[in-house]
Amino acid sequence: MIDDKAAIASTRKGNSREFSHLRTGISKFLRNKAACFGGVLIFIFIISSLLAPVLFSKDPNAQDIRHALEPPSLKQPLGTDELGRSILARIIFGGRISLAISLSSVALALLIGVPFGLVSGYFGGKIDFIIQRFTDVMLSFPPFLLALALVSVLGVGLKNTIISVGIAGLPHTIRITRGCVLSIREQVYVEAARAVGTRDRIILFRHILPNVMVPIIVNATLFFGMAIIFAAGLGFLGVGVQPPNPEWGTMLGSGRSLLFAAPHVATFPGIAIFLAVLGFNLLGDGLRDALDPRLGYE
Amino acid sequence: MFQYTIRRLISTIPVLFGISLMLFFLLRALPGDPAQVIAGELATQQEVELIRQQLGLDEPVYVQYAKFLGRLVRFDLGISVRTQYPVIQEIAPRLLNTLILAVAATLLACLLGIPAGIVAAVKPYTTMDMVVTALALFGMSMPAFWLGLMLIIIFSVKLKLLPVGGSGGFVYLILPAVTLAASLVAVVARNTRSAMMEVLAQDYITTARSKGVREKMVILRHGLKNSFIPVITVIGLQFGTMLGGTVLTETVFAWPGLGRLLISSILARDYPVIQGAILIFALLFVLTNIVVDVLYAYFDPKVRYD
Repeated sequence: MIDDKAAIASTRKGNSREFSHLRTGISKFLRNKAACFGGVLIFIFIISSLLAPVLFSKDPNAQDIRHALEPPSLKQPLGTDELGRSILARIIFGGRISLAISLSSVALALLIGVPFGLVSGYFGGKIDFIIQRFTDVMLSFPPFLLALALVSVLGVGLKNTIISVGIAGLPHTIRITRGCVLSIREQVYVEAARAVGTRDRIILFRHILPNVMVPIIVNATLFFGMAIIFAAGLGFLGVGVQPPNPEWGTMLGSGRSLLFAAPHVATFPGIAIFLAVLGFNLLGDGLRDALDPRLGYE
Repeated sequence: MFQYTIRRLISTIPVLFGISLMLFFLLRALPGDPAQVIAGELATQQEVELIRQQLGLDEPVYVQYAKFLGRLVRFDLGISVRTQYPVIQEIAPRLLNTLILAVAATLLACLLGIPAGIVAAVKPYTTMDMVVTALALFGMSMPAFWLGLMLIIIFSVKLKLLPVGGSGGFVYLILPAVTLAASLVAVVARNTRSAMMEVLAQDYITTARSKGVREKMVILRHGLKNSFIPVITVIGLQFGTMLGGTVLTETVFAWPGLGRLLISSILARDYPVIQGAILIFALLFVLTNIVVDVLYAYFDPKVRYD
């Protein structure tokens, strides 16, 4: 009875400590101006993507040749492209595509990479050896080239861009997860769980996974930025999302031939990519500083 | 040292096997008949048949793979569908151009990034440091291909100082090298800063200062020398990543390198060239990693060779 009370008390204490960790993390994050700025950028990016159809009733792909290549003005804040389409509207609609690609490819990398990393790090031995050699081979390609190689096999388009970018981020996700598992596998609470006969599956998902989540989330945030750049790069090269879809990189690609006549066409989509990636990088850096216990709390 | 290098080279054999397997299956993963894919859409039935025989497509997969490996070892990468020249002949001159560009960008990144990192580390949390840190973050978030386009608008279209693209001399190298270097400068500056800050907090720095060694010497002789190891590692690792970036930079500036060859081959579905270009990129990447490891062991006597 007394033991029970002590146990409950210690659990409560544990919980409150957990909350205080979280609270220190949040307050540390909020004090970091750069990280907050990143958060604001991402917030604007998400909100404008969600509200795109409300903000612009017109189809962003609808052509209006009479107003082609107009420089920025009050009516068209960012000017129009070679087919007379509003660049502002296309950038905001393009945000939906970039957001969808980065979300899906990060999700893909996590859904495949985290289980492989968990298994590889936890069980070790042969399975670890096989997974790691496989990762070695993927890591022997520069990441963007890996995405390009996959696109050359899969073909162009939105779905294949997501798959290629997601797989390009896979080896790092596996490595990071495995690294974290290795450091946690030998902790006393994992040994205790094993000693009382808890099944591996339960240990992996209930004891280990929650403890490796923070570094994984931090890296996923940084991967978001990379995914946006990769997808835009593929679009720019003409092997990503295809026109007339207003993907940022594709827009840059078509603006490339207009550098002399209308430099604004290539300028603004690039700024959109830059701000979105900057947002995710600042957010990721801030989250790492605030949450990663390995870096210690102040 | 020599033994370590040999051992490091041997340890890449499984990776090379993996790369060859991936390239082997790259063509076989394509929908349709691999012989037809390799020969191209315009090939005659006879040509397709010839390639089928060369590849031994009627034989079991492991025999096909063995033959593929045999050709790889002899650097026989097949024939380009577009030009009908051997792939290796297509690749060799382009590879040289890509290497020139990549080396120029790396040098530029060191020349700018290392001093910037030192300045930031010596006076941390000052305006100068914040400027360097902010610029580094900008450099890392900027899509290089967009930066390239902006540089063209400024220096070629408006100021008419530098050529829009192409190759032919030093002036043609400037804009592509700056574009490719941008993110590397950022990474080098960030890493030099953190490595330098760590070193400057060490006891031997305090000792040097208390001995009356001039501050300049403390920073350059005692500080920089000891922070070189992590910086070299990062430069080496980033060199490989940068190789991937050459595809974009070369496209922006019409630089006749391997990256541009790769992308035009992808668009033309010239699979033998795609396969060859990706192979060369991967080999370069693996090679860079070996060089970094060996340099690391050379510079850091604490690294054990076993």
